[in-house]
Formats: sequence, structure tokens, C-alpha cells
Amino acid sequence: MIDAISSDQLSTILAQAPSIDQIGALERVARIQARSIKGAAKLQGLRMALSMIDLTTLEGKDSPAKVSQLCYKAQHLHDQADGLPTVAAVCVYPSMVAHAKKALGNSGIKVASVSTAFPSGQAPFEIKKLDTQYAIDNGADEIDMVISRGKFLSGEYHFIFDEIAAIKEICGPIRLKVIFETGELDSLDQVRRISDIAIAAGANFIKTSTGKIQPAATFPVVLTMLGAIKDHFDKTGQMVGMKPAGGISSAKIALHHLLLVKEVLGDAWLTNEWYRFGASSLANDLLMQYQKQLTGKYQSATYFSID
Amino acid sequence: MSSNNWNLDPAPESTAQIQLKPKYELFIDGSWQKPHSKKYFDSLNPANESILAQIAHANQKDVDMAVSSARRAYRDVWSKMSGAQRGKYLFRIARLMQEKSRELAVLETLDGGKPIRESRDVDIPLACNHFFYYAGWADKLNEAFAGQKPSSIGVAAQITPWNFPLLMLAWKIAPALACGNTVVLKPAETTSLTALKFAEICQEAGLPNGVVNIVTGFGDTGALLVAHPDVDKIAFTGSTAVGKYIQKACIGTAKKLTLELGGKSANIILEDAQIDQAVEGIINAIFFNQGHVCCAGSRLFVQESIAQQVVEKLKFRLQSIYIGDPLDKNTDIGAINSKKQLETIEKYIALGISEGASIFQPECRMPTKGYYCKPTLFTDVAQSARIAQEEIFGPVLTIQTFRTMEEVVQKANNSPYGLAAGIWTAKGARIFGMGKQLHAGVVWANTYNKFDPSSPFGGYKESGYGREGGRHGLSAYLQFNT
Repeated sequence: MIDAISSDQLSTILAQAPSIDQIGALERVARIQARSIKGAAKLQGLRMALSMIDLTTLEGKDSPAKVSQLCYKAQHLHDQADGLPTVAAVCVYPSMVAHAKKALGNSGIKVASVSTAFPSGQAPFEIKKLDTQYAIDNGADEIDMVISRGKFLSGEYHFIFDEIAAIKEICGPIRLKVIFETGELDSLDQVRRISDIAIAAGANFIKTSTGKIQPAATFPVVLTMLGAIKDHFDKTGQMVGMKPAGGISSAKIALHHLLLVKEVLGDAWLTNEWYRFGASSLANDLLMQYQKQLTGKYQSATYFSID
Repeated sequence: MSSNNWNLDPAPESTAQIQLKPKYELFIDGSWQKPHSKKYFDSLNPANESILAQIAHANQKDVDMAVSSARRAYRDVWSKMSGAQRGKYLFRIARLMQEKSRELAVLETLDGGKPIRESRDVDIPLACNHFFYYAGWADKLNEAFAGQKPSSIGVAAQITPWNFPLLMLAWKIAPALACGNTVVLKPAETTSLTALKFAEICQEAGLPNGVVNIVTGFGDTGALLVAHPDVDKIAFTGSTAVGKYIQKACIGTAKKLTLELGGKSANIILEDAQIDQAVEGIINAIFFNQGHVCCAGSRLFVQESIAQQVVEKLKFRLQSIYIGDPLDKNTDIGAINSKKQLETIEKYIALGISEGASIFQPECRMPTKGYYCKPTLFTDVAQSARIAQEEIFGPVLTIQTFRTMEEVVQKANNSPYGLAAGIWTAKGARIFGMGKQLHAGVVWANTYNKFDPSSPFGGYKESGYGREGGRHGLSAYLQFNT
């Protein structure tokens, strides 16, 4: 359980949250994006990225059958290739958690459930708690919650802190990822502020987006969040995980994100324990590039299963 | 899954399309001419010490020929040509440079040791932009200096340094030609190749013979050029020691002179700065081009309350700086330009240690061949230490702290140089308040080492005089008849 935080402590956190120079952040990520990832490093990077995916389906039309298909894909990314890792987790709505849990069996792949009235978060607090409890009762290994962006934008930071802390309390040892929906926040300063609040409230992971709003996981936003994780680590020695989600559809973008986390945080974060990609279509591009790297030839997209 | 060690593979830029002649002659009067000295010297690749080409060493006779070729071209062709027509040639040169930008970038990196990322993304695009920019001014000189009746000066002798070979050539040749002058240019002896490539571009552009002449050689060739009686204007970029020599050599002559010399520029981080971005700025200010930058932010001043944090972040950041093969696309710090310069830098590093400063260098693999120097931080540096006063011209940063703004302005200005300065703060009022008090030709706010053809550049005090770039840069190549 998270210790209740005093009004003063949160005020200190907020006062200390540094502002972010947008132009400087853009220049920093441009340096990363100019880097060239080749050869064995590329192959290793692609494998890492595959192992970090939270394979996701979050649609109103999701059905148990669709989820079962996704869970099979999660375990068998491309059986034509030897020695591929599995993805880290499958990410679904609470109503699909039980199906996913059953389909994944003892594969070691985690079931992550979105909660707290994903994606908008526009529901009473009690319902958000029930939503989370329901997912956990159905066997969710991880919870991806959304923050109340409206409250955040109107400056009700204590509310946001309490909300995250309360959900973390329900989660207990279950990994909690907190989604900011950065596309609805105004500036990198806001991204940094919410990162500091979420980390202080007990988030195990901080996550950019729901995938429903654009822009989502842009490089400057991810850089800003990694900066908050780094400062927290320097101060306390505690690691917090990072999950960019939404808009990461190509292997090239994913590899540059991995390089970003390597340069900002270090190699210790290059594992699915501390880094995840929230994505649905990324896996196949990673697989295509992986095969290209092994065989020297691009294969047609039709050789890779869509689900 | 346990954590991964993930290291990048080499990603070298190809040199396949680079065509170098084994031997380069002098470019005089539109053609290649053997040096009367009959002497040649080697141009080395500082990354691996291999010989790239042999370069002619011009003597008195050669310099005489180059100056009289420039004089003839000035008298008979270039000074009579309309501004619009001159502009067309400059535009043509700019476009040809753009077309050959990859080749020029690779060549610049091979010859000078700078990372391909910088020659590709900074040096060559900026050099092209200088030609585009001054091409546009060529027919607007009367509007630029309304009522002052501007006219060209004559023959300009131009001497460029080895740190930005083609870019400095562009800074000098583009405004000179736009204003109607002709030029004899001597590039630095370690980095002549892109200037000689530029001569080929002048030929391809059909530039009239003699408008641009390139004479290669060492300091002796430069001295002959400076002393030549038929030169009307001298433009020099390089060390303050040579600048002083040139200034003396011009005493009692009618030669106009602009000097862009050394620096020991202050980069100031105030406590309200955006720290992560400031750390990037510090890196960019001192390690850009291995620190071979006249305006490098080589003296860092950090406000005491954040000093420890900034230094820790800097040290961590240095772990992901890549040092090595300049042709590798991931290299951040390439090769030191010459053995001589490496020795100078190493001498200063040893001096810093003996002066009692604390040294920090990151753990990193270094190439076994070629001239390389680790990025180096010195903390606990006194204002009176020589490493904090003298220009090192390498990847060496001195770090001092301060308590008040008054104190840091005083310390920043306490230098014989005054080329550039950086201020990092979230408060606009501080930028303007402090900027006005700093004796520096350029003051960057929340950024560093940013260049644009439209922005004038130049120094205070021993950093030189005259401005290059922008409308100001034109006046160095004009005389006014009011």
C-alpha cells in the first residue's frame, strides 16, 4: 500500500517538476533518429522489440474468438522462423481477460487489462475501482489504467494522485501502468508534471497513450517521460517502466525508441520487465525486418499472419 | 527476461563514389597549374593516417601568378559584370554544391576527421546556403546600403582554417564574389581537398577564369599572399597569434582587413534552466567538431545550486557519446585534425591535471590508429588556471560554478577573447539582461553553435574584428563612396 501523501509533499513534487524546452527536446530526439542500427545490433534490437510487445486488441467488436486468435499469435509470432521470442503480454478489455487467460495457459505471457473506464476515463471513481477489481478477479496480471485528463487539465492534481494511488492499492503486487493520453495534454511541461505525479503515486509503468487519440507516442513525449524516470531513479534508486503506445507501427521507429531508452536510462531498461510497446501492427513489421535481416530478402506481407 | 547489452554495429558511409586525383596542382586563372616550387605535400586522413593525395606547395612565383590572374579577372570581367549576372554564377555554384553534397561531405570527413553526421548535416548544407544567400544580395547592394554608393574593393586574399574547410571557404568567397571582388584563397594545409573540389565546381559552373584562384600551401604561402602588394583586402580566419602577425604585416598599407580569431567562450547555466536540454546544449557547445570550433562553449559556468546535478548528468550523458571512425554515421566525436593539434590538446590536459583540476573522461573504446582524444571534463577549475584562460581547440571543457549573475558576467568577460556566449534560463528577461552585459559577438539563448547565413558572426577583443554573414558580411567586401 502506498503511504498517504500530504498536501505539502505533492506540492513539493509539483514545484520540483522541471519545465521542458520543446526545441531542445526535438533536437535530442533528432540525434537519436539520425542513428543507424545495422547488422547484429539490428537483429538483436528486433528480437528485443518483439519480446517487449503488449499485443493489443481494444475494440468494441472484440469477441472471445478474436482474443483467442490473438493469444495464439502472441505465442507463435512466426513459426516459420526459429528461435523467436514470444511477446510480453496480451492487452485486452476487462471483459476479455478470462478468455485471454485461458487461451494463454501457462505460456508465461501476461494478460494486461485496461481499466478505469478506458479509454476516456469518464466514469465515477467507484466504477473505476470496480472495473479494476473485475479485471483482477478474472486473472489479469497487469492493469493499464487511464488518468482523468479533464481533472488534470483543470489543475486538480491531488485528485489525480489519489486516483492513481487508490488503483495501485487495489492492484497490490500487480503491475500498474498509468496511461496519460499525452495527445490530450497541452505541452511537454504537462507530460513531465503528470509523470512525476504518477511515479510518486506508485505507478510501476508510465504509458503515453490509449491508441485512440493522435498524436500518441511521439519521440519528444517519450523522451520527457524517460527523463522523469531517470530523475526518479537518480533520487531513489527505484526503477519505473516505460510503455510507449500508439503510432509505433514500424520496426525503424521501434528500434529508435529502444536506442532512446538505452541512451537516456541505460541497458538495464532493455527488458520487457521495464519496457513495453503497446501495439497491434508493429509485430509484423518487426517480423518482416527480422526475416529480411536473416535472408537478405523482403518477403511479401501476405506471408505474415495478421492475427 | 534479463537485461540486454546492446551495442551498435559499425555503419560506415561509403567512399565508393569519391574520386581523388593522386596529385593536386594549383588552381590559377581557371586551370590547374604545376607549382613553380615543384614541391608537394601529403594530405592525411587523420582517422587512420593514410595519405589521401598530394597537394602543391605554392611559392612566391605561384602567388604572384594567382594575384595577377585575380587582378585581370577583376579589371576585365568581374567588376564590369552586372550584379544580377554575378548572382547567376553564385546560384549555379550553390546548386552544383548541393548536387555534390554527399561527395563533399565524405571528402570533408576523410580529410579533416569530422564526423560524417556533421559534415553531412551541418558543414555542407550551410556552405551551400551561404552561396544561395549571397547570390541573392549580388544585385541588391544599392538597396542594402542605400545612399552609400557601395562598390567592390578589388582582389581579396582569403585564408581559411582547417576546422570547417568548405564552410569557411563559403563564408569568404560567397560575399566577396557577390560584391564584385575576385579572390585568391589559401586553404589550411591539412584540409585542402574540398577547396580543390570547389575549384572543379567553379570550372563546371563556367565561372570566368581568374575570379576564383586557389593556392595551396603552408603558412609561408599565406604570408606571401598577405604581403602581396596587389592585394586590396585580406580576410583571415584562424588563430589569434597568426591574426596578430597579419595585422602587423598590414601596417602602412591600404589593405582592408577582417579577422575571425580564437575564443574561450562562456556557456552559462542558470538555476532555472531546463536542465536536460541544457546538458545537451553543453555537449553540443564543446564537443561539436571535436571542439575544433572558434566559438566552442569551452568555459562552462553552472549556478552553484544545480552544479552537482548538471555535472552528474553530463558524466552520464558522455557514456552514450560515440567516439571513433568519422565515417561511421553514429560517430559523435571523430578524429582530431592533426597530430600537432592532438599534441596541443594532450599538453593542455596534462596542464589541467597539474593545475589541480579534477579530470573526468568516460570509459570508451578508442581506435588504435589515427588521432583521437576522449571528451574531457575538468571540474574544480580556478578562473586563474591556464586551462580556463587559453584556447585549447579540442574536446576539453572547464567547469566553474557561480552564485550570482553579477559574478558570472564578470567571470565570463574576464578573458582576452569575446567571440560567443551561451545563456540557459527559462526566463526571457534574464536572457536580455545578461545578453547585453556579455562582451561577445554572438550570444545564444537556450541553444548553442547555431549558424545561419543571414546572421552576422564575429568577435570582440582578441577574437577579431569585422563580421561575416548577413548584410553585415557584405560591408567587409565593399567600399563606400559618400
